[in-house]
Amino acid sequence: MKLDAKIPAGPLADKWNNHKAKMRLVTPTNRRRYHIIVVGSGLAGSAAAASLAEMGYEVSCFCYQDSPRRAHSIAAQGGINAAKNYQNDGDSVRRLFLDTIKGGDYRAREANVYRLAQVSTSIIDQCVAQGVPFAREYGGLLANRSFGGAQVSRTFYARGQTGQQLLLGAYSALSRQIGAGTVKMYTRHEMLDLVLVEGQAKGIVTRDLVTGEIKAWASDVVVLCTGGYGNVFYLSTNAQGCNVTATFRAHRRGAGFANPCYSQIHPTCIPVHGEDQAKLTLMSESLRNDGRVWVPKNSADCAKPASEIPEEARDYFLERKYPSYGNLAPRDISSRAAKEVCDEGRGVGQVVDGKRLGVYLDFSAAIKRLGESAIRERYGNLFDMYENITGENAYRQPMRIFPAVHYTMGGLWVDYNLQSNIPGLFVGGEANFSDHGSNRLGASALMQGLADGYFVLPYTVTDYLAGVGLSGRPSVDRPEFKAVVKEVEERTHWFLNNNGNRSARSYHKELGKIVWEKCGMTRDKAGLEGAIRDLQALRDDFWKNIKVVGAGNQLAPELERAGRVADFLDFGIMMCLDALTREESCGGHFRTEYQEAGEAKRNDDTFAHAAVWEFKGEGNLPKRHTEPLTYEEVQLTTRSYK
Amino acid sequence: MVKPSEQSSHDSERTLALRLRVWRQLRGGEGHFEEYSLAAVPVSASFLEMMDMLNEQLIREGKDTIAFDHDCREGICGMCSMTINGMPHGPIPGVTTCQLHMRNFRDGETITVEPWRARAFPVLKDLAVNRSAFDKVIQAGGFITVRTGSAPEANNTLIPKPIADEAMDAAECIGCGACVASCKNGSAMLFVGAKINHLNILPQGQPERERRTLAMVKTMDDAGFGNCTNYGECQAHCPKGITLDVIAKLNRDYLRARVKDFFSSTGKARKGGE
Repeated sequence: MKLDAKIPAGPLADKWNNHKAKMRLVTPTNRRRYHIIVVGSGLAGSAAAASLAEMGYEVSCFCYQDSPRRAHSIAAQGGINAAKNYQNDGDSVRRLFLDTIKGGDYRAREANVYRLAQVSTSIIDQCVAQGVPFAREYGGLLANRSFGGAQVSRTFYARGQTGQQLLLGAYSALSRQIGAGTVKMYTRHEMLDLVLVEGQAKGIVTRDLVTGEIKAWASDVVVLCTGGYGNVFYLSTNAQGCNVTATFRAHRRGAGFANPCYSQIHPTCIPVHGEDQAKLTLMSESLRNDGRVWVPKNSADCAKPASEIPEEARDYFLERKYPSYGNLAPRDISSRAAKEVCDEGRGVGQVVDGKRLGVYLDFSAAIKRLGESAIRERYGNLFDMYENITGENAYRQPMRIFPAVHYTMGGLWVDYNLQSNIPGLFVGGEANFSDHGSNRLGASALMQGLADGYFVLPYTVTDYLAGVGLSGRPSVDRPEFKAVVKEVEERTHWFLNNNGNRSARSYHKELGKIVWEKCGMTRDKAGLEGAIRDLQALRDDFWKNIKVVGAGNQLAPELERAGRVADFLDFGIMMCLDALTREESCGGHFRTEYQEAGEAKRNDDTFAHAAVWEFKGEGNLPKRHTEPLTYEEVQLTTRSYK
Repeated sequence: MVKPSEQSSHDSERTLALRLRVWRQLRGGEGHFEEYSLAAVPVSASFLEMMDMLNEQLIREGKDTIAFDHDCREGICGMCSMTINGMPHGPIPGVTTCQLHMRNFRDGETITVEPWRARAFPVLKDLAVNRSAFDKVIQAGGFITVRTGSAPEANNTLIPKPIADEAMDAAECIGCGACVASCKNGSAMLFVGAKINHLNILPQGQPERERRTLAMVKTMDDAGFGNCTNYGECQAHCPKGITLDVIAKLNRDYLRARVKDFFSSTGKARKGGE
């Protein structure tokens, strides 16, 4: 596997401009002769499809939801970062770049991250022009807030629904192109495979989820913006339909998958309430500004109501361990600390699977200090949401929270142009691995999705198309397409006819438990080795005993689920293998063997690289390759929040 | 298994036995209700988790599962769409189906579950309907034309906070279609009004204000949505609190656009307002 990052020469600050000036162009009259497939309609996908269509290309966009407006970008609450320095507090492109590199624990590519910080300012301009109703000050200027422990206020927001408003902006741009006939939109279509012709990505195979039709589509280039793989854990804050199939199928066709072990755990989610739970709900991290996190000092107190546990019997463990950051310690650190106290048997709330997995987030001190109305004004909607889900009033008793999987930093390997190692296959947004290293900062996911979609892919895809020439698009009658269609049809037929006895959901739950236990907030060698064995056994069992009800020519949710779980099982093995072979701790990847005084211990000499996995055939373990990360501008330091 | 918590404030120990009357329909076929019994539903489960339990029970019995739309399960994507006991998104105001929890139902209760019922939203299977008519309305004009990369500096346009807040109120619409499903006329005026209000009051939305309004209303009418007769069911069932005044403002903007169109020399043909 050849991994050439293609980072342009020259000073860091000039790389992107120099590169843009050198990239090839396609004349306007020729653009309509190129067909671009975009899979996914979230921030990255909608923005890329709209921008490319506006330039004059013929674009087809696919999503599994009933409308492009429903992609899971919509659920982001907090905000979007941009180095506008509107608050006059010393922000700059360079500072946003440095914060992102450090936040990623020095496992991201310098050049990509710098470009992200550079284009961040254009994103805000673009969104405001589209009518995105960002929060404003009384003078009519845009408002900002500080987010995720940043020292500057660079986060733009639209109430608690920034993701929704940005997605509706991108969706409106996409809708304009659909209305103009330049984008053909295929909703309720799931990409089930990638088609390569002579080593280049030239199309996809989809299943129409309504009619069941399996169909091949040819194009000059394929752009995947299909999101992350957080649902490998079964319970996560992702939408139910989020899956790894598009990127994993591309991986099986030869695309390298980078850093699958990097996943982000968000500390403030509502705890699991029972075995039948299908989804975890995140509550804004802003709650930690006024809530104090604690558990009982003594595990015997855990079953008592919080009100019966006196002050001196409470352990405010974040304030105790991290006196300077306290309850605002970064996401990964707060999450691990909560897991630790629960593993010690000091968790609170319901007993699920023999454990109490929850810690208190207590607002009583803040209510005493500021009054209930002030707290209601700040967090009223969150308290309502919490009560709606749990039936508990957080003004009267502490909230219970626990960490949950929220975002995945790994993804398909891409070069500086966001092109994978398969020529003609581009990857944007959470689906690629490019910008967040081993940990993502708050309010940076929206920034990356839109940066890729609006301001990077339109240039780099054009450069690629200029190189392939006008005879690039093959016919779907070619044997390469027919072979892939046949494979997809056979797999679908097999699922519908296998006379098994276990539902896809039950496999998914078991998979989720294994990876959450062994490859979640903390990992170790023995656990990961055991997980790989368990997953291989589970995978074998799946391919014998899976039961899929429904018909192939109707909406068939069980068929969809079975295909996604099948890919998650293979993916889970690769994820554990990646965690096993990265013998260090960094960001969201915490190996208990590699720590210093309880904190993550990086090994920059051996592991300052991206690990990129190559598919080696059905049932075989993938092969590890590396792309070294070289730092010219930043000094590698240890993150400390004590 | 969930063990009862000693902490009395948690209601995890309570479970419900339910009877469910669920609409079943194959694509292209006639629909009918089927009855199911489901035991041991924890009151802490969401309505859709209850439906998941029912589907797992159907799989064990070798029967086809009930198809329903759902995705984010946190009340923002707008995909879930069930009419529960005759009410879109169920009995609790201000929540989507996915945010409805079983503690709002009684042990032994019979719950009737139907798809959105509206001419413009044909049933695809069971509880899933086709809402692409909403997308078509947006494609006709629910946008501000701005080329990628051509936007002016964001703070060049001052927007008074009350205007920005009003636009945001309207922009909270999640496009779920409960307004249409709850309306006896199957009207989409609340949905269209919300989008028109969001864009038509912002300075950026002014250049296309009339064109947008006429095109969206025409597409709405062509898609088979009914007219508004001020019953207000849409407002009562909107999970995001969109209020009827967006319809009043839509009517005002539509009238304004028609008048302008009538007196404009380049009028109807170019703007497609008739």
